[in-house]
Amino acid sequence: MDYEIPTDRRYAESHEWVLATDEEGVLRVGITDFAQDELGDIVFAELPREGETFDRGDQFAVVESIKAVSDIYLPVSGTIEAVNDAVTDRPELINEDPHGDGWLVEISTDEDVEDVDSLLTAAEYEDQI
Amino acid sequence: MSLRTPPLHQVHRDAGAEFTDFGGWEMPVSYAGISTEHAAVRESVGIFDVSHMGEVEVRGPDATAVMDHLTTNAVADLEPGDAQYSCILNDDGVIIDDTVIYRYPDEDAYLFVPNAGHGTQMTDRWSTHAASLDADVTVENRTEDLGLVAIQGPDAIETVDAHAQDSIADVGRFSTIRTTIGDVECLVARTGYTGEDGVEVFFDADRSRELWGTFDDVQPCGLGARDTLRLEAGLLLSGQDFDPETEPRTPLEAKLGFVVDESKDDFVGKDALARQAETGPEELLVGIHLNGRGVPRNGYELYRDDEHLGHVTSGTMSPTLSEPIALGYVDADHASTGTEIAVEVRGRRIPATIVGQRFLDSLGGNGGDEASDGNDATDGTDD
Repeated sequence: MDYEIPTDRRYAESHEWVLATDEEGVLRVGITDFAQDELGDIVFAELPREGETFDRGDQFAVVESIKAVSDIYLPVSGTIEAVNDAVTDRPELINEDPHGDGWLVEISTDEDVEDVDSLLTAAEYEDQI
Repeated sequence: MSLRTPPLHQVHRDAGAEFTDFGGWEMPVSYAGISTEHAAVRESVGIFDVSHMGEVEVRGPDATAVMDHLTTNAVADLEPGDAQYSCILNDDGVIIDDTVIYRYPDEDAYLFVPNAGHGTQMTDRWSTHAASLDADVTVENRTEDLGLVAIQGPDAIETVDAHAQDSIADVGRFSTIRTTIGDVECLVARTGYTGEDGVEVFFDADRSRELWGTFDDVQPCGLGARDTLRLEAGLLLSGQDFDPETEPRTPLEAKLGFVVDESKDDFVGKDALARQAETGPEELLVGIHLNGRGVPRNGYELYRDDEHLGHVTSGTMSPTLSEPIALGYVDADHASTGTEIAVEVRGRRIPATIVGQRFLDSLGGNGGDEASDGNDATDGTDD
């Protein structure tokens, strides 16, 4: 099956993506098209609160489909700046638009995604899935 | 251990199914997505390959006596063509499995359907008990050579009638007929495991592709939708809502007393049930509705204030109701409808209420909840 893998962002092996925003040092984070397809119909998203801080690799959210519970990990260290309330109200947004309206959080970070070795380019991520 | 595959495995693969291991069989979980398949069955019709279910045939002069000895319901009451939901107990009164027993319409013999992976065990159990009773029966495990497909939903009868030689609409609930679908000879039973009208169709496993292909315009559904459908209808899943090893429960605890015929002379587990009936079970199965956000899952703990009440055995986000629902066992003193409890989800207590386990009725406004507390059988086989 063909999955959308936009080239404007980086990917974690655990199927999260990070995308630079217009704001310096703020990244948007979500799960990939592959991840939402694996999970199936998503029915619940438990997101962190604004202001919470996490280290790289920490579990920061939980997404549940009918058949599975999935922990979501933060690909970079940082502080939660914004939470996408739309997916809390309508978790199926993650299925419908995983790389767009189905984003999960925005974080402020000191890390530069270009320097984080564990993050993959779109081409590298495509090879992995 | 290698997984067994149903005869339709390649057909399911070609249809884009995802697979899972269930009871030693590699079976389809979903094709188009659980929500889509679930909605098809609630609103129109869906078709399920359930050939992983066990099938055991019992014949001979003492067949009725042996069936009555090893199951809880009144087998002797079955007329030719009748089907009956029942439990199989051990000496402690604990449910080993649940089953539907079919008395063939045209011969003096029974077919019963234990759950996936239980066919060999039940065949052995029947043979051993028959020998110790000195009963004149033959017991045959037909699991490998019989195919089983379920066609379920409000349009199921019409759908099957379009291809069947005899009218299925004339067959009552929990009855069977032999007929031909396409040109495949079938035993068609008006039973199911979804809370909807529909049929389960038995046929020679070698004819699986033809039978399945007859309904190629019907939404194929996997075990994922089968699970959400049965749970909304308040039907129990063997191996999860009861299990002799991991969740040992009697029919009284599981609110399956309606399939126990205490007036029978004897059956395995009868004495243990009678003892439990005197004191009443300490725990009871209940339906649970979460009032907060979260999805209840098997094994989540239940509380009332700070008191531990029990645990969830099955839970999901109901696709029809868009509400989190669960089945679980609680202390019998706190099992009445309306009791406010809490479900612990990842360390947090989410408020919940005990409701009638037929969630489509108790939460969906299809009827009163008190009257629908799971005390009558309408549905049959389960996974």
